[in-house]
Amino acid sequence: MNIVVCVKQIPDPASPGALDASTHALKRDGKLILDESDAYGVEMALQLVASAGSGEVFVVSMAPNGETSGMRTALAMGAVKGLLVSDPALAGSDALTTAKVLAAAVTKLGGADLIIAGTESSDGYTGTVPEQIAECLGLPSVTFAKKVKVDGQVLKVDRQSETGYDEVECSLPAVISVTAGVVEPRYPSFKGIMDAKKKPLDVVTAGDLAVTPAGWAAAGQKIVSVTQAEARKAGTVIEDDGEAFGKIVAFLENLKLI
Amino acid sequence: MAINNIWVFAQASGGVATTGTLELLTKARSLAGKVTAFVGGDAGAIAASLGEHGATKVYATGDLAGKLPGVALAAAMKSVIDSGDSPDVIMFPQNYEGRDTMARLSVKLNRTVLTNNIDIADTADGVVATTPIFGGNVLVATAFSGQGPHLVSFRPKSFAAESSGGAAPEVVAVAVPDLGKQGAAKVVATHSEKSSGPKLDEAAVVVSGGRGLGEAGNYTLIEDLAKLLKGAPGASRAIVDAGWVPYSYQVGQTGKVVKPSVYIAAGISGATQHMVGMKGSKNIIAINKDKEAPIFGIADLGIVGDVHKVLPKLIEALKARS
Repeated sequence: MNIVVCVKQIPDPASPGALDASTHALKRDGKLILDESDAYGVEMALQLVASAGSGEVFVVSMAPNGETSGMRTALAMGAVKGLLVSDPALAGSDALTTAKVLAAAVTKLGGADLIIAGTESSDGYTGTVPEQIAECLGLPSVTFAKKVKVDGQVLKVDRQSETGYDEVECSLPAVISVTAGVVEPRYPSFKGIMDAKKKPLDVVTAGDLAVTPAGWAAAGQKIVSVTQAEARKAGTVIEDDGEAFGKIVAFLENLKLI
Repeated sequence: MAINNIWVFAQASGGVATTGTLELLTKARSLAGKVTAFVGGDAGAIAASLGEHGATKVYATGDLAGKLPGVALAAAMKSVIDSGDSPDVIMFPQNYEGRDTMARLSVKLNRTVLTNNIDIADTADGVVATTPIFGGNVLVATAFSGQGPHLVSFRPKSFAAESSGGAAPEVVAVAVPDLGKQGAAKVVATHSEKSSGPKLDEAAVVVSGGRGLGEAGNYTLIEDLAKLLKGAPGASRAIVDAGWVPYSYQVGQTGKVVKPSVYIAAGISGATQHMVGMKGSKNIIAINKDKEAPIFGIADLGIVGDVHKVLPKLIEALKARS
């Protein structure tokens, strides 16, 4: 079973984000890392291929600046090959264009039995790309998967719902989005990291995939203002001296909640 | 552009229209003369309440027979648009089915999507949607360019649901077109988690726990305190991911948005992801060991201390009063 995992490389969430002054887009000029929420998809793919007994895991990504360090992390975890679509003309692309590009990248790799993505990225969190990829490829999809199994040619997913979860069955090929926590992502081993440097990672442009880049001009949306929200003020902060619980009781009393 | 015709993605739960649906209808009727609710299922039981909140027309697909709603409803919406009723704006809730439907429809219509919004306005720049970023500290206003239908989704509680006293709407049946292999996913069983006490997103008091609790077993402190305050227990994403409590407990960006009278955050440092879901609370109490924790920046009362010491004493004091 061959699986393609769609991953995003994002600015390190540990450092504070900033917007570009002219485009108002999130600055992505520094080193990019593998979005933590995509590590779950990579791990899920590796486990499914291992239990199927055959097949390979590929990763695809889109980035405007040729950055590959996040993809190398996925290769170090065990994916065998990567395809990065990198094109300055893609800067400012909306989620729909991103999905068209990633769908074309999946096709360029020869398709797959299963395509996996995270439910949303940790930097932009639009949250529509996996389902848009499915529609672009004409495939069925199961989103918000919290448990995934492949039984022969049948995909079996526990899909999160507002009140619990649904058991969903689907034929392959299909697209799934997986939630954080679906599996425990492995840490790349030292050998994995060394091997990843030699694994094939092709870089192509939007033109190579015959996708028309729709950057700033054609995104169908334009940021008109960026303003500071009214900040919530901090109140009283006290160190617990063993009696601080009394302050909470008084606070709740004051609000007539007790 | 002027907005004349808005569709609202409408949902029911337990035989009544969801609060989120009524919030969107209330906002829609303030923007457009013609408001239509699009229901994935039977509209019978909820049509009157959709009308009371501003819908003058309802499209209903009838039972989806186990199909996943996203792919089925996007196809049904596309068929209505192709037949001539093309809205200027379609408003979706920021939830599983809203996201899936707008995503499928965006490809079918070749239109962009704007998600995670808290407001929408009809302005000289066009239809403008507002989304909070960086944990809600910055508001970004984005205008749709080009032709509608504009696809836009909203976080829960972005608008207040108010009845307009509107009449019962016209209900029009819409068939779901043949989905071919795209409709291959089928729901074969449904599991609902039973919970007692008030619902997390409706409770007047919410008590949430995070990593600072140390281990899963200590979550009972959160449940005990919530019960004493007639509130609902919640959780940070960290302990949901760790499997301590089910996803339905999660407060934050990817969980529930709560706005209770009092929110108590115990052992939660205050990651952006979490704060987005609770900073609209009227009062916030935080207990955390680390005095540099970001949660103290928005707390009305912050206790720098060990949750394992503060919570048992607080629970004991409340029990002594009851």
